[in-house]
Amino acid sequence: MTTGHWTSTLMPAFVVGGLMLVHLCAQGQEPAAAPPAVNAPVIRLMNAGQYANEIAYVFGSDIKAPLRLPSFRRVDGLAGLGAGSALVPAGTFNIFYGTAQAVAEQVVGPAHRDLLIPCKPKEAHMPDDVCAGQFLGKVGHLIFHRPLSADVLRVCVKAAHETGERLQNFYAGLQYALTGMLVAPEFLYLVEEVEPDPRHPGVSRLDGPSRAMRLGLLLWNAPPDVELLRAAESGELQTTAGTARQVGRMLASPLRLENGIRAFFSDMLLLDAFPDLVKDPIIYPDFTAKVATDSSEQILQIISDQLLTRQGDYRDIFTTRRIFLTQALATLYRIPISIPSSLDWAPYDLPDNDPRAGILTQVGFLSVNSHPGRSSATRRGKALRENFMCQTVPEPPPNVDFSAIENPDPRLRTARERLDMHRKNPVCAGCHKITDPLGLPLESFDGAGKFRATENGAEIDTSGSFSGKQFQDARGLAAAVHDDPAITSCLVRRLYEYGVGRRISAEEKSVVRDLESGFKDAGYRFVPLLRAIATSAAFYSISATVPDATRTLSTSLAGSSRH
Amino acid sequence: MFLSKPLTRRTVLRGMIGGVGVTLGLPLLDCYLNTNGTALADGAPIPVRFGTWVWGLGMDKNVFVPKKVGFDYDLPPQIASWKDVKQHINLFSNFNVITDGKPAGAHFAGWVACLTGVVPAATGSLLYPTIDVVVADAIAGASRFRSVECAATGSLKDSYSMRSGDAINPPAISPIDLYTRLYGADFQDPNASDFKPKPSIMLQKSVLTGVREQGAGLLKKVGAADRDRLDQYFTSLREVELRLEQQLQKPPPAVSCKVPMRPEGIIPPGTDLELVEQRHNTMVDLLTMALACNQTRVFSMAYSNSTSGLSKRGLEKIHHTITHEESVDPALGYQPTSFMFLSRAFGSYAYLIKALASVPEGAGSLLDNCVVYACSDSENAKIHSINGIPMMVAGKAGGRLKTGYHIDGKGAPPSPVALTVLRALGTSVGEWGTGSMKTTRVISEIMT
Repeated sequence: MTTGHWTSTLMPAFVVGGLMLVHLCAQGQEPAAAPPAVNAPVIRLMNAGQYANEIAYVFGSDIKAPLRLPSFRRVDGLAGLGAGSALVPAGTFNIFYGTAQAVAEQVVGPAHRDLLIPCKPKEAHMPDDVCAGQFLGKVGHLIFHRPLSADVLRVCVKAAHETGERLQNFYAGLQYALTGMLVAPEFLYLVEEVEPDPRHPGVSRLDGPSRAMRLGLLLWNAPPDVELLRAAESGELQTTAGTARQVGRMLASPLRLENGIRAFFSDMLLLDAFPDLVKDPIIYPDFTAKVATDSSEQILQIISDQLLTRQGDYRDIFTTRRIFLTQALATLYRIPISIPSSLDWAPYDLPDNDPRAGILTQVGFLSVNSHPGRSSATRRGKALRENFMCQTVPEPPPNVDFSAIENPDPRLRTARERLDMHRKNPVCAGCHKITDPLGLPLESFDGAGKFRATENGAEIDTSGSFSGKQFQDARGLAAAVHDDPAITSCLVRRLYEYGVGRRISAEEKSVVRDLESGFKDAGYRFVPLLRAIATSAAFYSISATVPDATRTLSTSLAGSSRH
Repeated sequence: MFLSKPLTRRTVLRGMIGGVGVTLGLPLLDCYLNTNGTALADGAPIPVRFGTWVWGLGMDKNVFVPKKVGFDYDLPPQIASWKDVKQHINLFSNFNVITDGKPAGAHFAGWVACLTGVVPAATGSLLYPTIDVVVADAIAGASRFRSVECAATGSLKDSYSMRSGDAINPPAISPIDLYTRLYGADFQDPNASDFKPKPSIMLQKSVLTGVREQGAGLLKKVGAADRDRLDQYFTSLREVELRLEQQLQKPPPAVSCKVPMRPEGIIPPGTDLELVEQRHNTMVDLLTMALACNQTRVFSMAYSNSTSGLSKRGLEKIHHTITHEESVDPALGYQPTSFMFLSRAFGSYAYLIKALASVPEGAGSLLDNCVVYACSDSENAKIHSINGIPMMVAGKAGGRLKTGYHIDGKGAPPSPVALTVLRALGTSVGEWGTGSMKTTRVISEIMT
């Protein structure tokens, strides 16, 4: 899904000579205007990562929950926003149902029941409503993120009783009841609810569990854990100090925080494309399935190291020399190191004279934005614009005449020479002027991400300019990107939208501007940005007007600046 | 315990077609064939089945469109592989997608128009159900699965079955995945002599009923838009309940059902042509038996995606890139490499048709009781043309369709082809499409 917001940020770079062509390129390509966003409560369908995290938090990581669902529709570049409108068609329900059955079978199975079920039945071949009630009440509270009402608990226990009685097996009864809970809408949909705000009569606010939900999804990519639920139910999360305390606790949980950071960047950088990444084995024999898997993980390791372990400047992910390698990647990088099989991954500092620096020059970004057997400056430039700068590069016009680029003259040996054909064609030029200058400096890496100095015997010209800076190679591009303000403003906007689960509203634009300013003041460090968002009043605010005539909600955006 | 309450609005399967609600009846129960296998015991016809087959990047008109219009058409080189099956296939050429000024989004507007009858307002806009979803609303009936979706590409993203862009049915992406779905734990051989209702099925159904009744309270807490979303959830839940309930009854015998073996070996991931063909054909074999064994009546197969990423060992570029960058050979009149990819696609299509035709059913074949509607994203992918967009309709729909015809659309929109299919399948759809694509007309030449 594309949006039209790029014009405001991208146009100035192409005003000279390119304006009309960009306009021409974009003609007819913009989708219908989206309805304006309001700060309404959001109901998100749980995605595969959140599902796995929730199951692991509630039952332990031994319980496997391979939910094989495709990503939700991308809205403003994020599948996380598509979760707010995602439906459960029959095919999707079947996937949820099959996974629920598998999870419940494991939980009550002999290998796990003693650990996960807090009581034992009087007789294993008979129902035991007291024990079932203890287990189901506890689990239900955790997975529905609210205490179960007596009525709901009674229904769950009754299901366990009836099935346990019929099958003459207490645990089988629990298994069926748990399966039902794991396909209940209260579990699969992460529902935000409102309540009257006692401090402002006549005004509503997100209730505690809903605030906990936003926090959990933003920071951990998981619904709330026990402690966060406790804080939600005690009213602690309705206070500035209580929220700050919980945010501090969550940010201090390195593994769960890393989970959250990985989930966000996986979404923002479209890492869901990697399972489909293949290279031609004849042209790129080094690019194995293992390399494809590792190259996606490598991106996340670099980001996690820079943002979490080092607490460094976000912009440095474009220039860092600290990378991580598996043996398969080291082979492709032609780096002669031996990684013990017990480690699998090892950190590696690229030497100063290495042509690589930052994630744009790593195999993951380079290979996924290439053809199976050839590099693509256009795809790389497009991905850099769209994924890191929140700009939208229009699709080629549907009626474009491709004859100009048919079977390029074999005397044109490099991508730069071939792409000149596009830039000479006025229909193509508008878009290619946007993409190619950012992709051509990366031409020193082939379609598998391996370094090369020449293409078809000709020396590759990797010089270029961006954001007012001239450079000679990929490292120069990386440095220019590092300093471009679109990089940081894009991150802040995407992160905020990811957290609230919807597009920013008009009234939140100033909030995002404030956050950008704070991000800069904090040295572009990511964790402080997370803290600023998670502790801001704006993050939990709901609009005066939400699309439900049955409720009157009010805004608390007046205090939208960060606490 | 079962269906103790009257049907509510969620318990009636509903579809929206171009904004028009279509209410459909409950599925067929207690189906038994008569003694000679031509009909059910009560004289009703054998149920019809439906599938879609989608491929990317159109065709090469010069070597795809038969010269002869009408019955017993000739087979140009690109569809030479249909030699043994063309009598089952109606081929539609020269049908033009009418955009009414909306942008003809490359590799998008064409397939959306053919599968939904609606030209999308923009690339990525998917607001209407695909034809298989509409058909499933009508005929999914007593089968175990409402529909089965497959992606021969091996990618979860490649599904052309959806109620909207927010409700895409996830595909099986490998033969093992498909086998497990179809023939896993809850599978019941319809020809087993010792049928006993599985207590587990009854208990599953009972639990889901409880979930539905309890979960309905959530509807009171949410706004109108989210109520609609939850409504869809409850519809899906209710469908599973109904199907579980039906599994408690002895299934009708399925004389042609031969429960397949679990596929051996694992096809590695990737979109190399050979791998895709291997995946496709193995999945077709499993699907064919799923239809014959009454596991589903509706399927959707994505052979390749609309910007086909299929590759071939030794080629630098994927098929999509090749369509744009390869010259048309002046002597041949087409792009040789792209021709190869498309010819192989049509070979895989022929494999599907042959597989369905090879299963005897009643007085004819399984294919005779099927309709397979195939379409693509474009006519000439090189220039993203959606004029002359190709479509095929195979199978006789239980005798309601004639096959083996080449129909020249003479520039008409493609909607009548889909409406013909919908009518042949016995749905109550009266019109199909919106704007200039809206039609109440059917292709009478192929209707009996």
